[in-house]
Amino acid sequence: MSLPESQLERLETTVPVDVGDPEAVLGKSPTQLAMGRFRRDKLSMAAFVVVAVYSVGAVLAPVMVKLNVIDPLKLNQNLLDPSLGSIPKAKWGGISLAHPLGIVPGTGTDLLSRLWYGVTFSLTIALAASVLAIVIGTVLGIIGGFTGGWTDSVIGRFVDLTLSFPSTLMLLALSATGVALAAKVLPGSGSDPLPNGFYEVLVLGLFGWPPICRLIRGQVLSIREREFIDAAKLLGASRRRLYFKEILPNLWAPVLVSFTLTMPAYISAEAALSYLGVGIHPPTPTLGNILVDSINYSVADFTYFFFPALLIAVIVVSFNLLGDGLRDALDPKADR
Amino acid sequence: MFAYTVRRVFVGIIMLIAMSMVTFVLFFASPIDPAQFACGKNCSLEQRAQVRKGLGYDKPVWEQWKNFAVGVAKGRDYPEDKSLRKSAPNLVAHCAAPCLGYSNVNIATVTSEFKTRIPVSFSLAIMAFILWIVGGVGLGVIAALTKGSIIDRGLVGISLIFFAFPTFFVGLFLLKFLAIKWGFFPVPNYISIADGGVWNWMVNLVLPGLTLALFYMAGYVRMSRAFVLESMSEDYLRTARAKGLPGRKILFKHTMRAALTPLVTMAGLDLAGLLGGAIITERVFNYNGLGKLAVDSITVYDLPTIVGLVLLLGSFVIVANIVVDILYAFIDPRVRVG
Repeated sequence: MSLPESQLERLETTVPVDVGDPEAVLGKSPTQLAMGRFRRDKLSMAAFVVVAVYSVGAVLAPVMVKLNVIDPLKLNQNLLDPSLGSIPKAKWGGISLAHPLGIVPGTGTDLLSRLWYGVTFSLTIALAASVLAIVIGTVLGIIGGFTGGWTDSVIGRFVDLTLSFPSTLMLLALSATGVALAAKVLPGSGSDPLPNGFYEVLVLGLFGWPPICRLIRGQVLSIREREFIDAAKLLGASRRRLYFKEILPNLWAPVLVSFTLTMPAYISAEAALSYLGVGIHPPTPTLGNILVDSINYSVADFTYFFFPALLIAVIVVSFNLLGDGLRDALDPKADR
Repeated sequence: MFAYTVRRVFVGIIMLIAMSMVTFVLFFASPIDPAQFACGKNCSLEQRAQVRKGLGYDKPVWEQWKNFAVGVAKGRDYPEDKSLRKSAPNLVAHCAAPCLGYSNVNIATVTSEFKTRIPVSFSLAIMAFILWIVGGVGLGVIAALTKGSIIDRGLVGISLIFFAFPTFFVGLFLLKFLAIKWGFFPVPNYISIADGGVWNWMVNLVLPGLTLALFYMAGYVRMSRAFVLESMSEDYLRTARAKGLPGRKILFKHTMRAALTPLVTMAGLDLAGLLGGAIITERVFNYNGLGKLAVDSITVYDLPTIVGLVLLLGSFVIVANIVVDILYAFIDPRVRVG
């Protein structure tokens, strides 16, 4: 710890290297080191696998619907018992070979199909909102952090102003107008999931960028003092080149970590908004609106209550663990 | 210090003004006609125009905003008609100085509506705050002290699990099982201290408070754990141990002080956000706080209340920001503000 830098380097280079093994002599880039750290972290790897499975599932769902393997809208009223408030006739929420997770009370739709297709909608909304928030946050963060001075303080005040708005309240209050406007701009009628989803993404993104902007700005403040920026400036690089070709590639680590941490937040947000009646409504399934419906059957049909909650909790926890794992792995100080 | 405070307050006021302008543009320039909601379903076009005029929605946005600003500073009358005030004063409602508007739906000034709702939301926020600070920081410190053990992993894991479920789900779960099915708690129903004493007030707040606390706790467990671990590797702690201080004293006087200062900022801002009402939790437990008021007024498009709420909640956040920054200078001796 108390050794000066130069001595440390000499110590490292004098460590005998087995020359017979050419792999050992090869240096590793910081990215490779980070990947190595990440692979050694079992919990993060497990989280990564779960996220990957959900993502692949989300991409496959529309295909499966097209191929008629899953059908989230087909009603099976014959499997329900109307005398018991339309809960499934069979035990365990109507679990059978045809309906591996049981059926939805009230409508009789297949729960697995609804959840599977719901993952697609929920992840798409979360993904689009995250991308929007990260793009706005990163661009403003780079401009503010690099330019400094007047521009920086305007952006800083803008961040404060956005953070001061009660976002849930604004989201609710503007929803009628917003959805109507979205329906006008987008093709399709107002009852389609498209305008509702579009509005949700837009507002989540527009209220979600400030923390990312602050984070990126902080990083840019240290990057702009590095020599390669001076070199690029001396070579006459344009502002756009400086922002997007010189600075942006150095920001992929915080951007990636922000992304993995905003995704679960927006998956939860989608569910919360469904509870408040904003966002995509049934019959189009999302994890959120299935969960909202399922809680009504917490006592009468435990299976239906259990699976949606499990599915949403698993993906939220996995994304959070993945984000934490990436942050640790990408931190160059982590090996100490 | 004084100059700094004055500057911060000044900036805060400008922020509030900017916020009110943005809010006005967003709501009053929207294609939805608030008069339609105020007038009801069976309302002819002339009646609607009359209502629009009576409520002042026919004026341009900037003039409405100006009237609003004057109302906040000096108070105003509804409807603003001097001749009517002379001829039939009983038809005119006066809205005293910090006037945030007059709600035609509730037939009351927005400020008076807030006055009945604020105690509910504040009680809920304070209860949740106590639970999550005690729980979050306490468990976080325990996790840090037992780093790597099963206790540590268990605590961090459990807090993450509660964080994974949306608030409404946790709330409804607690309500349906703990209160209704198993009867461990009474079904929560807000009772003020004046009406039912401290005990009743508290018992009824436990479940909604816990719902909110469980959500916030996850972050606090993980953060206080990380901060305590970080400060435990500092040199001054080794010194404290070397000079023979007892473990408890080291923990509370040296580790915690350094570790928990950064949490003050977060806790202050989170509390400020909650003071403005927890929309979902209040709805789950049917508490008539600011959050419920928000949902209710949005359903009927009661614009004055919505705008008033946005500004009230915004001012909480702005004030909390200032208070936290000033507080920070007192807690952390390294911070010097000029």
